[in-house]
Amino acid sequence: MDSAVLLALSLNFMMISLLSVGGGGATIPEMHRNAVDVHGWMSGAQFAELYALAQAAPGPTTTMFASLIGWKAAGPWGALVAVSSILAPSCLLTYFGNRTWDRYRETRWREIVQAGLVPVTVGLMFAAAWLVTSGAVHGWPTLAIAALSAAAMIMTRWNPLWMIAAGAVAGLLGWV
Amino acid sequence: MNAERDSPLPSPPFVSLSRLFFAFMQIGISGFGSTVVYAHRVVVEDWRWMSNEEFLDLWSVCQMLPGPNVVNWSVAAGSRLRGGPGAVVAVLGLVIAPVCIALALGVLYARYGEVPAVHAALRGIAAAGAGLLIATAVKMAQTPRVYSWMAGFSVLAFVSVGVLRWSLVLALAALIPLSIAGAWWRAQRVRA
Repeated sequence: MDSAVLLALSLNFMMISLLSVGGGGATIPEMHRNAVDVHGWMSGAQFAELYALAQAAPGPTTTMFASLIGWKAAGPWGALVAVSSILAPSCLLTYFGNRTWDRYRETRWREIVQAGLVPVTVGLMFAAAWLVTSGAVHGWPTLAIAALSAAAMIMTRWNPLWMIAAGAVAGLLGWV
Repeated sequence: MNAERDSPLPSPPFVSLSRLFFAFMQIGISGFGSTVVYAHRVVVEDWRWMSNEEFLDLWSVCQMLPGPNVVNWSVAAGSRLRGGPGAVVAVLGLVIAPVCIALALGVLYARYGEVPAVHAALRGIAAAGAGLLIATAVKMAQTPRVYSWMAGFSVLAFVSVGVLRWSLVLALAALIPLSIAGAWWRAQRVRA
């Protein structure tokens, strides 16, 4: 029974690992289908609660989410199996992909491909900043916190965790 | 910052595996919401293990592969610095502490449930985190590769994904061939 759950976790998350192109957010519907509809490891409400927790934890959200789903489904071993299954396929692909890519480091076409990719990457970073900011900023107080933390990050060498801590304190003081 | 264009991949500095592990642990444990902020700060700005250009090169390739970008980037950066063992150490360092924290939060949450102060603090954290992401985008944009009309592709990527909310796969499929063609055309012009 338990090993059947572990096997299901492993297969599901290996599949999700290979499907999660460009940010894991796109795989959340698939995780929901597996955990709630197919296997019934949790209710839809529990799924949403665990996702909020995964966002509250540091680290890549989908990986954290996988650990919580695995834990919920099959305890500590479930967490371990879910995390290693969601990481292994994409990590192996990246490792061998980059090795191959590096082999062509002196070629002119590689330089051209990189020169084409980088501007798109920079634009996507601004898109991510925009999407996250529009989700996090509601009114002047949160706008001020976001602007101050951006300014501090650009103009000082302070550890970014201080900006995060200041945001938490502002929240606790009831400013936001 | 603009140097080293002739040799895009200078041989990396020597980094011990334990230092690599703890640097990536710092990245993982700090990365609330957007780990890219800390990845750039720790590896490019603090330790100077790679230039902004190298960082962008690796990130660009990793972004097109499946999996969380920061995990893929850790594999690539660890491998660039210390080969296969470096890749393993970097990923373990990145995820171990956050997984423990996520599970601890799960246990705490199951026990204490809804506390209003927690939600207020999370709102403040989210706003500060958004500011950090803006700052990192601004820093990453400081590369000669976008100091030309190629910046138009940055704008298109921003508008399609950020404003129009296209799926990333669709946006990349549309933009990457065009931007590579643009880079090729530009390289021809520079040569001529």
